[in-house]
Amino acid sequence: MTLRLLGILGRVWLALILVFLYAPIMVMAAMSFNASPFYQLPFEFSTRWYADLARNDQIIDASIRSILIAGATTVIATALGTAASVALFRYQFRGKQLLQALLFPPIAIPWLITGTAMLIFFFSIGIGRGTPAVIIGHVALALPYVIVTVSARMSSFDPTLEEAARALGAGSWTVLRRVTLPWILPGIIAGALFAFAVSFDQFVVSYFLSEPGDSTLPVLIYTAIRKGFTPEINAISTIIIAISMALVLIAARYSRFGGEN
Amino acid sequence: MSGTLTRGERRRLATLLSPAYLWLTVAIFLPLSAMLFFSFASEMPGGDTAWQLTLDNYREVFASPTYLILLRKSLILASTVTLICLAVGFPCALVLAKSIRGRSREALFLLVILPFWSNSLVRIFSWAIVLRGNGVLELGLEAVLPFDIRLNLMFTTGAVIIGLVHSYLPYVILTSYLALQAIDDKLIDAARSMGASPLTILRRLLIPLSASGLIAGAVLVFVPIVGSFMEPRILGGRVGTYYGTVIEDQFVAVYNWPLGAALSFVLLAVVLVILGLAAPALRRGAA
Repeated sequence: MTLRLLGILGRVWLALILVFLYAPIMVMAAMSFNASPFYQLPFEFSTRWYADLARNDQIIDASIRSILIAGATTVIATALGTAASVALFRYQFRGKQLLQALLFPPIAIPWLITGTAMLIFFFSIGIGRGTPAVIIGHVALALPYVIVTVSARMSSFDPTLEEAARALGAGSWTVLRRVTLPWILPGIIAGALFAFAVSFDQFVVSYFLSEPGDSTLPVLIYTAIRKGFTPEINAISTIIIAISMALVLIAARYSRFGGEN
Repeated sequence: MSGTLTRGERRRLATLLSPAYLWLTVAIFLPLSAMLFFSFASEMPGGDTAWQLTLDNYREVFASPTYLILLRKSLILASTVTLICLAVGFPCALVLAKSIRGRSREALFLLVILPFWSNSLVRIFSWAIVLRGNGVLELGLEAVLPFDIRLNLMFTTGAVIIGLVHSYLPYVILTSYLALQAIDDKLIDAARSMGASPLTILRRLLIPLSASGLIAGAVLVFVPIVGSFMEPRILGGRVGTYYGTVIEDQFVAVYNWPLGAALSFVLLAVVLVILGLAAPALRRGAA
């Protein structure tokens, strides 16, 4: 009896949490379709803010820049991360645990610290601020995610498959290309999507590393919010959140991350 | 196959590993070292003014009460948000892991952790729209309640806490869920058949066995919040000055980078102490 009651209470609790998590996002999305520039109610449907968005060069430039940066980050982080995962899986060597532990600082240290440290360092070696600096930073933040995701997939790989291929006369690169990589491909795809999400959503590090006139989309949004926000910012925010949620749903299909083990 | 690699293997190992780790060195480890160095500089090295090594930046951090008061304020904020996240998130994870079954559990779990991967800045911004004076929350409550209500939540510590709980709750649910899922249902059945009440099962079985997950979740919430600046800026307005916002100011407004570096390093020390204290539990959780 008490158990059933607890079960019902638990489900109510879960429902309340889902409301808490999604309600503000829904409100923001709804307000991006509201005609009033001051978020006035009653609600009056309008696509005016999306039309304005299409004419706002600053936001469009920042969006394109963010997508290009995320694309570059994805390619670089996925390639380097996959290579490192293969090596960490295939070889036993001294210092391996240290190398695995070194993946944690980029995730565990607050971005405020890594971001400001990168700013100081890039300035002192002459890279300075700007898109290259942002990409260097984003790749470093995305690498651990790629390595962890690919390694998770890799752990279900049977090394005797490689031995069998080698016994049949395949060279080591052929083994990698024809046996190992196809097996871990779902992990690589998931890692790539996570890398894209990490870069596309990254605010703190981009904030310190991007040139004032050359900012990424989240940095532009932050500046706009602090100046007093407009429904145009709602509209672009709604688009961003729709894109990143869609990406993660796709990534979850490719990895065990969201599902049952 | 321990330790003895042929030369060819060693070369392949280096080819595969070095690009990733060189990148991490240039983008993470060298910058952190550079920041440690600059935190002891009197001026930003490389500029026009002469500089020398000094302890002045650290002296300023520890001599003036401002920074330590703000650090304390940030630690209190992080503790508050962490406790709320644990109190709210653990029951939710428990329901997901032990009460709901089958496909609906998978779907609900994904739904709970989905916001965790979406843009945190945008989610904080969405709270600004909900909480603002005459905003949706106030109008909604006014429509339901018979009396006039002025919440005035925007630009208060309460608003900052709500926004941060919203941002970090999924971490706690994720880690608690993974820990709870690893507990064998037979243990719970056994306890129940021997007459343990739900409260006893929770206190003597579920919480101790999922402690590593709870601690991991707490650390994942606590650490970034001590250094948060965007959330307090947007939702806290004038009361939103915290240790993180002061560091932000040194780099984007005041341009006292050496002082900012010293402040960042004090923060890093705090973070490392917390991670060090939690390390045994975290390692148990990973194993």
